[in-house]
Amino acid sequence: MKYPLHIRPFGSRALLLQWPNRVDEAILDDILEFRHFLTQEKLPSNEWETIPVYHSLTLVNRVRDIDAPKLLEKLQQWYRDSKATSAKRKRSTWLLPVCYDSSFGLDLEIVCDQVQLSKEQLIMEHTNTSYLVYGIGFLPGFMYLGGLSEKIIVPRKKEPRLKVEKGAVGLAAKQTGIYPQQSPGGWNIIGNCPVPIFNPEHTPPTFVAIGDRVKFHAISKAEHELIKIQNQVGIYTFKKEPSDA
Amino acid sequence: MLKILHAGFFTTLQDLGRYGHRDKGVPISGPMDEIAFGNANGLLQNHPNAAVLEFTMIGPTVQFGEPTYFTITGAHMQPVLNQTPLKGHKVYKAQKDDVLTFKGLVQGYRGYLAVKGGFGTPGALGSQSLYGTVTQIARFHENDEIPYGACPNLSPSHFNVMQESHLEESTLLVSKGPEYNHLHDRQLEHLFAKDFTVSKDNDRMAYQLGETIPGHTISMLTSATLPGTVQLTPSGRIIILMKDGQTTGGYPRILQLTQRALSILSQKKMGDSVNFKLV
Repeated sequence: MKYPLHIRPFGSRALLLQWPNRVDEAILDDILEFRHFLTQEKLPSNEWETIPVYHSLTLVNRVRDIDAPKLLEKLQQWYRDSKATSAKRKRSTWLLPVCYDSSFGLDLEIVCDQVQLSKEQLIMEHTNTSYLVYGIGFLPGFMYLGGLSEKIIVPRKKEPRLKVEKGAVGLAAKQTGIYPQQSPGGWNIIGNCPVPIFNPEHTPPTFVAIGDRVKFHAISKAEHELIKIQNQVGIYTFKKEPSDA
Repeated sequence: MLKILHAGFFTTLQDLGRYGHRDKGVPISGPMDEIAFGNANGLLQNHPNAAVLEFTMIGPTVQFGEPTYFTITGAHMQPVLNQTPLKGHKVYKAQKDDVLTFKGLVQGYRGYLAVKGGFGTPGALGSQSLYGTVTQIARFHENDEIPYGACPNLSPSHFNVMQESHLEESTLLVSKGPEYNHLHDRQLEHLFAKDFTVSKDNDRMAYQLGETIPGHTISMLTSATLPGTVQLTPSGRIIILMKDGQTTGGYPRILQLTQRALSILSQKKMGDSVNFKLV
């Protein structure tokens, strides 16, 4: 599918490509397909970085100023000419364990009160969805996940916490996410994921790619402890569903 | 080894930066002041990506473990080798056990210390630049030791270069950011007619300015940000992202600093004034 594409210079070394302004899986797919085409055919990765998030794709030259008007024209041409790739991009669905025990889910009770659900119902709503990764940013490895059930939408906390634990799973407005490391944060914390999302010793440092899906499943406190240990000694295997997309 | 006897206020190691992981949320890092960084490596005829010590506000006290040649660029902090006062932008020789210290900040905010051949730390994700969640440490502490190779003899092609004039400048040249056109006249007037002061919230991630301009109710989808991206919060606060800045953000990106403006701003401290000018 082809969309009207707005391209504008972003400083002297980058271009911002904008698709229609909405959260839409088809748009993300189109962005990722065009990105794949660009990185394979036109923009070598030793010179260019490409950052897709929601409805935009930013192209940054690592080293030099770019000829924006010329490149802008070329990009429009490439976008018009690029065909839907025959080989569909591989997309993984990652199964991530979350312990919703109250020792981790610091805001679980408050959230349940706000949305008028029992703890079990809330967990069900949270684990029933296969979330789409629309972007990774804010912190290294922090995923912007789309697809949260409307039944568990709660506002951001009025007073952010100075310290949110690594692995904390939070809710804020239409979003849910995992804090990949300890940081300040204003999301409502409902659980903890013992699988490290970001590991600088791995290349790439996170197993999740933009366009992948993430599904949560509830585990006990004992299982949380076990998975944590398995990760520390390096015997945990990441679980994923084969993909049909 | 270069031994850190006193760490100063905030001392890190920087090469040109960590590229290729921005789509995983990893900032590029690298030197805040690329001009001073480039001059330091240039003076020693180092590889342009050689790792250099970057220190903020208060310089470190360091002891050389091997003979080498070194240079100091960026902020003026009154360097002293053993008892001898040194100048910036000059190549000096250090003997084993020599101690380099800084008497205090005179101008600018960030200094750079380069040794011949650069510092040889292992690095992570393709860069030696220190960044908390990627490298094991976020900055140096007392008694840390930073490896470098001995260099007993060197004939530099030039022993000094001109001091950097950008330390004197306070005008930040900017281009229009992606959401510039959302600004209304009153906001534009405030933005370009007034001087702003650097607030206490300034570090390698971001510089927040002390004065506000009229706010907004623009709601946008999160999108990429770059070092030098000027964000406007709903309450009218101006935040300028720097080298360790987040790779994505949800505030309107109203302006984008030029590369040179990034270096100029990197040498500003709390209370210093800056102004914006469109290129």
